[in-house]
Amino acid sequence: MLSYPTVRTSLIFTAIALVGLLFADIAITAANPWKDLGRFFLGVVTPDFFSTQGLATALLRTVAFAFVGVALGSVCGFLLALVYRAYPVRIFCAFIRAIHELFWALIFLQFFGFHPLTGVLAIAIPYSGIFAKVYSEILEEADPEPGRLLPPGTGVISAFLYARIPDCWVQIRTYTAYRLECGLRSSAILGFVGLPTLGFYLESAFSQGHYSDAGAMLILFYVLIATLPLWVKPKLLPVYILGAPFFLGDGMPIVWGNVTRFFTEDIVPSPLKNEEGWAGMGTWLGDVFVNQALPGIWNTVILTQIALVATGLIALLAFPLISTHFGGPIRRTSGHVFLVILRSTPEYILAYILLQLWGPSMLPAVVALALHNGGIIGHLIGRQSSSIALRPDAPTGLNRYTYELVPRVYRSFLAFLFYRWEIIMRETAILGILGIYTLGFYVDSAIQNIQFDKAMLLILITASLNIGVDILGRFIRRKLALQTMPTC
Amino acid sequence: MSGFDLTGLSASFGGERVIGPLSLSVKAGEKVALVGRSGAGKSTLIRLVYQEVESLASLVPQDLGLVNALPVFHNVYMGRLDAHPTWYNVLTLMRPFAKDNREVKDLLSELAMPEKVWIPAASLSGGQRQRVAIARALYRKSGLLLADEPVSALDGPMAHQIMRLLKERFQTSVIALHDVELALEYCTRIVGIQDGQVALDEPSEKLTPADIMPLY
Repeated sequence: MLSYPTVRTSLIFTAIALVGLLFADIAITAANPWKDLGRFFLGVVTPDFFSTQGLATALLRTVAFAFVGVALGSVCGFLLALVYRAYPVRIFCAFIRAIHELFWALIFLQFFGFHPLTGVLAIAIPYSGIFAKVYSEILEEADPEPGRLLPPGTGVISAFLYARIPDCWVQIRTYTAYRLECGLRSSAILGFVGLPTLGFYLESAFSQGHYSDAGAMLILFYVLIATLPLWVKPKLLPVYILGAPFFLGDGMPIVWGNVTRFFTEDIVPSPLKNEEGWAGMGTWLGDVFVNQALPGIWNTVILTQIALVATGLIALLAFPLISTHFGGPIRRTSGHVFLVILRSTPEYILAYILLQLWGPSMLPAVVALALHNGGIIGHLIGRQSSSIALRPDAPTGLNRYTYELVPRVYRSFLAFLFYRWEIIMRETAILGILGIYTLGFYVDSAIQNIQFDKAMLLILITASLNIGVDILGRFIRRKLALQTMPTC
Repeated sequence: MSGFDLTGLSASFGGERVIGPLSLSVKAGEKVALVGRSGAGKSTLIRLVYQEVESLASLVPQDLGLVNALPVFHNVYMGRLDAHPTWYNVLTLMRPFAKDNREVKDLLSELAMPEKVWIPAASLSGGQRQRVAIARALYRKSGLLLADEPVSALDGPMAHQIMRLLKERFQTSVIALHDVELALEYCTRIVGIQDGQVALDEPSEKLTPADIMPLY
């Protein structure tokens, strides 16, 4: 077994996670965690759809922000994809997508305030970077032959529209629709920083202990995502996209003075602002690194590595739930429902709920990340395993799982896992806003203390860390010759 | 002017020379058949010539180069994208103009598939796809045809009909053919390729199938 590079890699990563566990702060600190969990589940099964008038508005805003943000992101991403060959464009895109939507929202909040533009840009900017990358990959894979056969003298635009776009169109459309689902999740969690989407109402319902309201919101959100193919039709899309900007709400007007001040004063490192020169700059940088960046990076990396392995375990345990090689239709249907719930719930919301119930530690974060990402990978692997044809006399039960299925799906399992490594790290950093000591915690504290210079530096460090893990993940996938389609 | 005179043609693949160096000169009005065993370098030679004379020639490559998602009409129309301004092409993509529509439809009638004009190329059979690529080459209306096995997927009578059409519509042509009978019947000059070199170059009327057989 050890001679397989995939097995060796898995063992190394498991070992790292186990060592990480020694340093991680894993505990349940709430006085009565199980009682709260019970009350929460009671709330979910006794949802109250009519108590908050805000519920319908929240859903409408969530959908509106998702549509405007994703539409803007896909247009910008498409334009960027056309020039993606240029190295500076690649770097730029990698950079803007390495910064999480919530960080973008936190930045824009400082100078646009609670204006709809904050939420729209927070989604559109990172999504542009992702769209640019995926669109350019799709365009690059298109057959170049029709383009070569065009009569010389054909205009660039005509050539592009006839010879390139048509054969990519279905893939582009599928991916964009898929991103819209991700956009709904992003839009929902923007509420946690105060925008008028679902997260905002969820947070207030939780803090007041209105579990039935929270349950109703979650159920409606699942229904919204599960019925996406029913209400998002190509013909209706222009209506949604043109209509959505009118349902973003008014928010607060932009004070342009704040915008100027943010760029010319707030984000200028304080030693430069106070004219302490380069010596002061050195002290300042050293201070940020030792007291914020390093502890933040340390905790982010530890939490990411533990969550990565936990994600893998959940995915391997969950995929038989929907695989046609096990169980009957009832078990598979409930398995599908379970996995849909796991992957539709943003890890941020899961972590928030668990944190409320179990108290602050790394445990809620690990469980939330593992459940959400494990649900996604489990779904993909389960679907793939169903397409495997077993011989009629194949073993059943645990033997079928260990001898027939896991060896066959293990490579794509690892491919998905390493693809999501960077996503897990991006989320880990952001979970700091909830009070876990990852990079997001230090960013959020710096913003609370009105030290935007420090916050920006920490966001840049977080982005570099994500880019680093992305490169490492791609390196490992290439080394192990693993291939995968993008997931979000 | 639709002939050409090329010297020093050569191509390597993976460090190995697959064709040439050789010279090929074709006068306007000549119909040249390239014959030889598969792998002899016919396709490569067609490619090389196309690269040299690009703006003059209509090309029918072996893999056809159709845009699968577009209907037959647009695949044919692409043969003359350069003849129209961009706005015209964009409108045509959404809704073709009656004039172009008629012209393409007439052309498809000659190729015995007028009913397929709005079918996406992806859902055509192999022989139909081949005829769409031929229609695109015809629609381009250049004097020189470069074709690589253009009738390989067509049945006997249809292959003859298409070869006759190609002979009549293109002043000059260079066609790679594995079917020796078709080559002798519809071409005026036979060029045999063997191991990347010209091994035979004679007018068709001087040759019989038996003369060509040693090449295979």
